Amino acid sequence: MHTLTLAELSNGIKSRRFSSVDVTRHFLDRIERLNPALNAFITVTADQALAQAAAADQAIAAGKGGPLTGVPIAHKDIFCTDGVLTTCASKMLSNFVSPYDATVVRKLKEAGVVMLGKTNMDEFAMGSSNETSWYGPVKNPWDLTRVPGGSSGGSAAAVAARIAPAATGTDTGGSIRQPAALTALTGVKPTYGRVSRYGMIAYASSLDQGGVLTLNAEDAALLLTAMSGFDERDSTSVDLPVPDYTATLNQPLKGLKVGILKEFFGQGLEASTESLVREALKVYEQLGATLVEVSLPNLPLSVPTYYVVAPAECSSNLSRFDGVRFGYSCDSPKDLLDLYTRSRGEGFGAEVKRRIMTGTYVLSAGYYDAYYIKAQKVRQLISDDFRRAFAQVDLLAGPTAPTTAFGLGAKVDDPITMYLNDIYTIGANLAGLPALSLPCGFSDGLPVGLQLIGPHFAEAKLLNAAHQYQQQTEWHKRVPAGYES
Amino acid sequence: MSLTRHDVENIARLARLALTPADMASLSDSLPRILTFVEQLGAAQTAAVEPMAHPLEGQSQRLRSDTVTETDAHERYQQNAARVEAGLYLVPKVIE
Repeated sequence: MHTLTLAELSNGIKSRRFSSVDVTRHFLDRIERLNPALNAFITVTADQALAQAAAADQAIAAGKGGPLTGVPIAHKDIFCTDGVLTTCASKMLSNFVSPYDATVVRKLKEAGVVMLGKTNMDEFAMGSSNETSWYGPVKNPWDLTRVPGGSSGGSAAAVAARIAPAATGTDTGGSIRQPAALTALTGVKPTYGRVSRYGMIAYASSLDQGGVLTLNAEDAALLLTAMSGFDERDSTSVDLPVPDYTATLNQPLKGLKVGILKEFFGQGLEASTESLVREALKVYEQLGATLVEVSLPNLPLSVPTYYVVAPAECSSNLSRFDGVRFGYSCDSPKDLLDLYTRSRGEGFGAEVKRRIMTGTYVLSAGYYDAYYIKAQKVRQLISDDFRRAFAQVDLLAGPTAPTTAFGLGAKVDDPITMYLNDIYTIGANLAGLPALSLPCGFSDGLPVGLQLIGPHFAEAKLLNAAHQYQQQTEWHKRVPAGYES
Repeated sequence: MSLTRHDVENIARLARLALTPADMASLSDSLPRILTFVEQLGAAQTAAVEPMAHPLEGQSQRLRSDTVTETDAHERYQQNAARVEAGLYLVPKVIE
């Protein structure tokens, strides 16, 4: 049952081959058995899940179910969940019980989706390996000595190990796509503004976007159709109708123009990753797409741009953690300043402090123009490069990550090496573009991801292109050893 | 790019972060390296470029009408606070 896709589980529940309670119990059992070695979950909401599943079964019996009624998923612990611990993998929020649901959580709840629990992540989504979590690192089910990627590493490990059929994630600089690539999943970051950020704990607000990690493009289409849409509670939410993303999955790709991103095939890209990505592009040619090389000259500046803009926004967003209204509060503060500084100093982990400090510096008097304004100008140049490219092609393609999953601890001591891991994913965030990663092969038993980037609001085209590839290939069906049964 | 110990302490003061000696050592090493890394942006030609204001072109911040939409939930919200009394958040004495 656990190797079935979300779409297959939904069909099975609707046709009463099994109940939502059966499915939910099956995944809860797997979590109990397999999660200790993975550390993919921070909180498991078993009782609540079984109650939601029973309600879903009743709805279906009454003839009221929708396409997602009764299917269980996991939520990244960055999404606020009413009455449930919401930690963002930080000591700072290790006691925070959210008093409300994030819009994403509410919409999926209303669609009848069952929540299995909350997944581990990098602290406040700051990291690319899931090693900055206060709850400890997550292990990659393809090799337990390696990282699953980050920041949505718990969601990735949970779905790859088939202890959850699908999971939500968030992507600020690659945090859905990179872990999806490192664990052989389909991971989608929608257009900025497509999915509400309300109740999604903020890291860098002009880049953050919620999305999904799934077994295939069809499951991603199902979830995104339910999750997306205008929300008056998010001031950057876009008021455009949401298409049914499942309706266009089967469109032929004949005539599709795919731009091969020249800057993504240079120095730093592992040779085996490159050859698998080029193989995948050949499949697109066989499907009728035309490949053209495209150059985005400012794209190599995306990592330094990000490491000014994101820390700047993070230092501002995380100023809300003051030890007063919610979150960790230090013992016996001697005055107000002591309360603020010690609550923050003791509550935040090393990488979060590093980004707050970087952000505070680049926004401080005398440095604001040289760093922050300069980065926002380069961000415009990168965005313009993408706009010019999409005047020529429908989609852009390249690798998702420069290498396969690296060893736990391999990059923790060097922040810049860690930051460069997101070199291919950050551009889409800076320009607010939708992008996805899909599995395109294995190198020494470790998954490799192909990245597709589209113009604003081209989610349907991206999912269509991913689905068509998945009709020709079997990479997305592979299950890591030890997790088949 | 180099930062003195005083510079790091000053940034920490602005950020309202109490740093341990281990934090100080780590940040004194990594912050200058990060700032040096991002200084490659200086090479980009941006004289005629406006700083980007929004990831989607033509979008502006939406405003809502100034009406009450939320109901009172302060008791619920204050359950997450460390120190509360009579519906108020407690902080150390500010005015002597």
